[in-house]
Amino acid sequence: MTSPPHFTGRDLLCLRGGRLVFQDLDFTLAPGGCLTLVGPNGSGKSTLLRLMAALLKPLRGTIAWDGVALAQDPEAHRARLHYVGHLDAVKASFTCREILSFWAGVRGVADRAAVDRALAAFAIDTIADVPGRFLSAGQRRRLSLARLVAAPAPLWLLDEPTVGLDRASVALLEGAIAHHRAGGGRVVLSTHIDLATPDGAVLDLAAFAPRGDEDDGDVAEDAA
Amino acid sequence: MLRLILRDLRLVFRQGSDATAALMFFVLCVVLFPFGVGPEPNVLTRIAPGVILIAALLAALLSMERLFQGDFEDGSLELLLLSPLPAEGVAVAKVAAHWLVTGVPLLLVAPLLALLLRMPVEQLGLLVGTLALATPLLSLIGAVGAALTLGARRSGVLLPLLVLPLYIPVLIFAAAGLDAGLSGLSPRPHLLLLGGLLCGALVLAPLAIAAALRAAHE
Repeated sequence: MTSPPHFTGRDLLCLRGGRLVFQDLDFTLAPGGCLTLVGPNGSGKSTLLRLMAALLKPLRGTIAWDGVALAQDPEAHRARLHYVGHLDAVKASFTCREILSFWAGVRGVADRAAVDRALAAFAIDTIADVPGRFLSAGQRRRLSLARLVAAPAPLWLLDEPTVGLDRASVALLEGAIAHHRAGGGRVVLSTHIDLATPDGAVLDLAAFAPRGDEDDGDVAEDAA
Repeated sequence: MLRLILRDLRLVFRQGSDATAALMFFVLCVVLFPFGVGPEPNVLTRIAPGVILIAALLAALLSMERLFQGDFEDGSLELLLLSPLPAEGVAVAKVAAHWLVTGVPLLLVAPLLALLLRMPVEQLGLLVGTLALATPLLSLIGAVGAALTLGARRSGVLLPLLVLPLYIPVLIFAAAGLDAGLSGLSPRPHLLLLGGLLCGALVLAPLAIAAALRAAHE
């Protein structure tokens, strides 16, 4: 058994659209840890992140936080995670500052200074009052990432966070991740480029791809 | 939740179109009837309740498709479902904002349109009261349909097919109440039933909407 303050997944099996994505997948993430998901397209990186966010449920296996399965207390889990997906949730008619303070407010942070700090952390303070429709893809992505800093949460789930980012912004993201981990935060991210995550673990999803041409009908069979 | 309602209201004030389009649709729809049926005062008075209710119902439906669509497409809905807010809370906030921008203006315009259709002045209070019960119901029931058709292709066609049959009870009791008022009977029983429907929908619709929103993100 793992010791309590861990974020763990055991024996995970996931089926998407009738296709087996991965099986027998285990992971453990200690406080301050970082897990980088790698693997070819379609190997289930996004799916695993959505499982970790409890947006999806695994067909078999459990994901647990401090030994408590996510399914038992989804609300507590939502309160402790940040998810950055492929979509940036930027409204065309709202300014960067409005968008960020809304998302911070949803998480109970009504502090203007925290929002300003987050804008500065991703170098969007100069465009804070520009409406979303005028932002470039990289700027939108940075605004989406600024949510991570505006309202603290112990678990960051980042689905290809570097898409659209230039080199300088990637460095900002690396800095934010390092700072988050130094404070005991956990990060799970998927990426196709090299993102510096010192002492981070790497999980290659290709290793959990369905073996051979196993029939989907056998999926429900319990391996344990 | 309040924050989400305020955000939605601000969004509507900045972008406008949807809510004003629904209101204009309502006004035009009612105004067209005298041209179609002729200006005979007795006829107009007789059909006024039905015309206003059906126009309100179609106007609500018109604005319903976009209720969750925008947030679904840009990823906001996913983030809201992952926020500490319960999904039911998100549902209630979205419906409340929808009612405030489409239902309430409709309540304000309805008496004027009723006068145009020669409805007696004494009946206007009853009309507004009935609509005050009926429009939140339309928003709640419609939102269930909007959440269910989220992500489906041609949701614009699917949504009315799904929702219009469910609007029938609302239409029946609201029209019966107004008719009773016009013929000098007490509209009370009909309004009580409408109120009962509203209470039921207030509890059940958010649960259904939340479940449908979660399913849309699987």
